[in-house]
Amino acid sequence: MPARINLSTPLSPESAARLRAGDFVHLSGTVYTARDAAHKLMTEMLARGEPPPFELEGQVVYYAGPAPAPPGMVIGSVGPTTSGRMDAYSPELIRRGLRYMIGKGLRNAEVTAAIVSGGGVYFAAIGGAAALMSQRVTACEVVAFPELGTEAVRRLTVRDLPLVVAVDSRGGDYYRRPN
Amino acid sequence: MVTKRRKKNASPPSNPPAHTGFRISMREITCDEISRAVSEMCVEANCLIAPDIRAALEKARDSESSVVAVEVLATILKNAEIAEEKHLPLCQDTGMAVVFLDVGQDVRIVGGNVREAVDAGVARGYKEGYLRKSVVADPVDRRNTQDNTPAIIHYELVPGNRLTVSVAPKGFGSENMSAVHMLKPSQGLEGIVEAVVGTVARAGPNPCPPVIVGVGVGGTMERAAVLAKRALLRPVGEPNPDPFWAGVENDLLARINRLDIGPAGFGGRTSALAVSVLPSATHIAGLPVAVNISCHVTRHRTRIL
Repeated sequence: MPARINLSTPLSPESAARLRAGDFVHLSGTVYTARDAAHKLMTEMLARGEPPPFELEGQVVYYAGPAPAPPGMVIGSVGPTTSGRMDAYSPELIRRGLRYMIGKGLRNAEVTAAIVSGGGVYFAAIGGAAALMSQRVTACEVVAFPELGTEAVRRLTVRDLPLVVAVDSRGGDYYRRPN
Repeated sequence: MVTKRRKKNASPPSNPPAHTGFRISMREITCDEISRAVSEMCVEANCLIAPDIRAALEKARDSESSVVAVEVLATILKNAEIAEEKHLPLCQDTGMAVVFLDVGQDVRIVGGNVREAVDAGVARGYKEGYLRKSVVADPVDRRNTQDNTPAIIHYELVPGNRLTVSVAPKGFGSENMSAVHMLKPSQGLEGIVEAVVGTVARAGPNPCPPVIVGVGVGGTMERAAVLAKRALLRPVGEPNPDPFWAGVENDLLARINRLDIGPAGFGGRTSALAVSVLPSATHIAGLPVAVNISCHVTRHRTRIL
């Protein structure tokens, strides 16, 4: 098994700068879920000059829409969704202070450039490992857009979320590693 | 299995059409039976890994040499264990419910409307199984229907008096990476191979590899697409019944696994678990090739009523 680096939120810019594409990490702390519909609404709010539904500065956004929580559970299965669909929105959110993203799959050149200029990191989770990820969530609260159902923004408290550094703060991209 | 209730008409209906001269012997299947089968299969398919997929993942894990690829495949298998133990869906994207109804021509569906029966089954399965509701009513307006209906239903009229119901919930991480290529006949087999391998290569890490690749070759544009979807129902490890296409599938799988996409897109020998091709007659001017990419969970359940 590859060695894991333990990280806790809030992630300091220094610890983020030390991460390299391909590093395996365990992330603990607070992350916010947001996917297509929430990104669209957040971007529209920012364009109207309204404050975002949560403070973006230094935060971690997890591209995920969980399955409903069965009785007695904090959350249902909650794996990553394909990040590329958020590429249209991410550079603006990064300009507003968002630093870390969790998802799966490729990011475009504009997002990678924004990650580098913001000193952020894009983490990949294993697509489809959603039941396993749900067991690493200890608290879940809807904080914005409840009308969106699974696409609402949720604040999750996570313990040892298994992730891989996909794009590091220097632009190294694990998905586009040389053969 | 749903109990089979066979209701054979002992005698012809009281008012048979006088001009036919045929004895009408239709087997009745109720909408309730269809609904129940769909509902149960939605939950089973989403929460229990199919035995063929599990076997293929274990084989892949044992054949990988990279530490990272082994770790990803072991995580995917561990995820299936947790899903089974905790009654959770394997993936949060519990998909759009794709339902194949192969209706025997000697079957009469009674007790309601078949579309409503399938949708009622989907709604119940997705509610009772705590599955995610991922369907929007209108592609532009995008309001969630809240019960994961309507299902996508593919009807086929076939000989016999049975109704084969297949439920294949399809996630969109992989659906979005699928494509239809309208090739020229001159491009032949080489063009088919290029279209399939190229589509998988372009998909890269996005569709949750190792993927299963359904391919429809021939027909018309929509026929090829439906065949590609149906090809995903074939169990992994079961060879194509046609030796020529079995050979093509092996070649495609070998080429795809040289792409080094690997499990989760982190590199390795296993970019795909299987390629399944369904060919069809086509037009003198055309060579449609549909490539339906499906993730490593590729959910499929079939029952014969």
